[in-house]
Amino acid sequence: MSAPAEQPRSAKPSRPAPVAPAMDLEALIEDPATRIVVCCGAGGVGKTTTSAALALAAAEAGRTVVVLTIDPARRLAQSLGLEELDNEPRRVDVPEAPGELHAMMLDMKRTFDDIVVAHSTPDRARQILENPFYQSLSSSFSGTQEYMAMEKLGQLRASDQWDLIIVDTPPSRSALDFLDAPNKMGRFLDGTMIRLLAGSGRAGLKFASAGFMFFSKIISKILGGQLLRDISAFVAALDTMFGGFRERATATYELLRRPGTWFVVVATPEPDALREASYFVDRLSAEGMPLAGLVVNRTHPPATTLLSATRAEGAAERVIEADAEGADLAAAALRVHAERMIQAAREQHLADRFTSAHPEVAVRTVPAAAGDVHDLDGLRVMAEELTGPDDDTPTGTPRTRILPARRA
Amino acid sequence: MQVSSDPSPVRLHVVTGKGGTGKTTVAAALALALAADGGHVLLVETEGRQGIAQLFDTPPLPYEERRVAVARGGGEVKALAIDVEEALLDYLDMFYNLRRAGRALRKMGAIDFATAIAPGLRDVLLTGKIKESVTRRHDGHRVYDAVVVDAPPTGRITRFLGVTAEMAQLARSGPIKTQSDGVMAVLRSSQTAVHLVTLLEDMPVQETADAIAELTEAKLPIGSVFVNMVTDPVLPLDGLDRAVEGTLSGADLAPGLAPAHLPGGDELAEALAVEAIEHAQRWASQDELREEVEALGRPTVELPLLAGPMDLGCLFELAGRLEEHLRAEAEGADRGVSIAARNERGAERPAGATGSTA
Repeated sequence: MSAPAEQPRSAKPSRPAPVAPAMDLEALIEDPATRIVVCCGAGGVGKTTTSAALALAAAEAGRTVVVLTIDPARRLAQSLGLEELDNEPRRVDVPEAPGELHAMMLDMKRTFDDIVVAHSTPDRARQILENPFYQSLSSSFSGTQEYMAMEKLGQLRASDQWDLIIVDTPPSRSALDFLDAPNKMGRFLDGTMIRLLAGSGRAGLKFASAGFMFFSKIISKILGGQLLRDISAFVAALDTMFGGFRERATATYELLRRPGTWFVVVATPEPDALREASYFVDRLSAEGMPLAGLVVNRTHPPATTLLSATRAEGAAERVIEADAEGADLAAAALRVHAERMIQAAREQHLADRFTSAHPEVAVRTVPAAAGDVHDLDGLRVMAEELTGPDDDTPTGTPRTRILPARRA
Repeated sequence: MQVSSDPSPVRLHVVTGKGGTGKTTVAAALALALAADGGHVLLVETEGRQGIAQLFDTPPLPYEERRVAVARGGGEVKALAIDVEEALLDYLDMFYNLRRAGRALRKMGAIDFATAIAPGLRDVLLTGKIKESVTRRHDGHRVYDAVVVDAPPTGRITRFLGVTAEMAQLARSGPIKTQSDGVMAVLRSSQTAVHLVTLLEDMPVQETADAIAELTEAKLPIGSVFVNMVTDPVLPLDGLDRAVEGTLSGADLAPGLAPAHLPGGDELAEALAVEAIEHAQRWASQDELREEVEALGRPTVELPLLAGPMDLGCLFELAGRLEEHLRAEAEGADRGVSIAARNERGAERPAGATGSTA
């Protein structure tokens, strides 16, 4: 496993910001060759809603689609019929859709348990499931969720029941965790340290070095001897289960490189979210994984670009001075517009910085909804914003942008 | 238990919130508020993201207590970014005299490994360090009047603070277990308050409610709810109602706009109405959530959304708001309705379970 590829991203202030290519998500999800779409990005940028909206659009375009969500907001989950955590896809009723929409919420512990059960005898499975170390590992080891999301993706893909699988990635701090976790976990479980530890509890200490015995002593001092015995029992049971976690992790990872898989990176127009998106884009390119583009979610494009922020502020003052009928309201509306223009300019500036570093990455902006998206209608509106024609906006500003190019 | 003349008995303020709600900012502002009028406050970072250094515009914090701000009346805020590995070395040193051996273990990757197989170990080390700073004394005096923790997000907070349960499952014996019990005694005492930061948005409010339920279940004392980034409507009241309903139109704005002689005529007026409606509806959907926040039944304070990038000036502005809140809370405490007492279990806690066991 290589370290995250950190390529230098130099700012080029002297050149005007390059124009980002438009992203055609409609064509992407309608293309029968597209089998997996992975939505990734930093936490809290709207990956789940984006995944669900894309899945809805695909179902309405006639495809049989399943969306694998990780941690949906409660009301969105309810609107998708996901109250039950049975770790299996459920059909969502979408009236008049020519395709089918299925949705499921990942239950990471259950997915892990299922792997154990599927790969061992009932006796051994029970041994593993009852092991305290396994219980801790399957419910709280950092990376388990990411790993299990990939496992589940692998299972869904293998079952061949769906034309299209859309995956929402776990809400980790870093978008890269999704790609790194399976290998990290595989490395951990197959690692020397854990093997030695297991050995020290099992087969005596004749092969262990003095340094290692010392290490083992400290670990048991800190954590208590019982934990070592639990780990030892777990690793012993695991050995007979299958050829090793690392191989399994590698196989799942390879799935993401198969033709037909596309990544959609989601960010909000905030420095942190776009920085994460930037890391992720670099990483995908280093790994040779196909990137569909960047969704800049929750933007605030103005309804008109006829009036700059400065002119709107000035106009608000003139309106107040003139004191005609409705002056207060008109001035307030002008101030709302001024704020909106300032916010849009800031968002456009951040998006431009991303495009300067990644001029080849296609972009689609999605305006913020007034409230939270928590029903099919809300998802449909978002799907429209994601898949609609690039230039079809009220102000004529292309959907690759927040403000027209010349204003930025 | 120490009987203090402090207006508020709370000395450990744990600040949590859903990711993106600004809990680091609120924790920093709270530390400044507590330092006003001469308080000595420690602000602790637990997630290794150097957010505090960014806020106070200082170089990344090392694993030592560094002054990051001064407040009026000789008050100061020191900050500490806890490094888990260093904390473990401290720990090995303190209990086993094993610092050098610990360094060798780190080279082997053993410390990474130990924190990986027992995620609770990390939290035990962090909360252990927090407890140590809360109870630390020098020449018979408390070193810090208050400790503010920029804690893990709401989804993890109960587990983070509930180290005993976590470790009891894994390490059923050994010094870690003993240590966790001492930490829990402080965390569950009336010296501690867990504050929750939320926005007026569905998910953060929902997570706040969930976290309050979990914390109550875990018998951890809950403090205030900080509603962050609150905005006021720009529109005057009469227009606001129409805008929220979506009936505001360009025609409503045109007479007032006329004297400004703007380009675009009706088209512009319509566009301004569209923006005013969006603005009002966004505000209204936030306003609706106020009821849900109130229903949480905790003392609540609203913090405004400040324009521009967050800097020290902004922090002091937020701190000013929090000072008012703290004063109000302290007056409440004088009348015998302290934060801890409002927790159901507060009254029936045995005296032995308070901070003096530290």
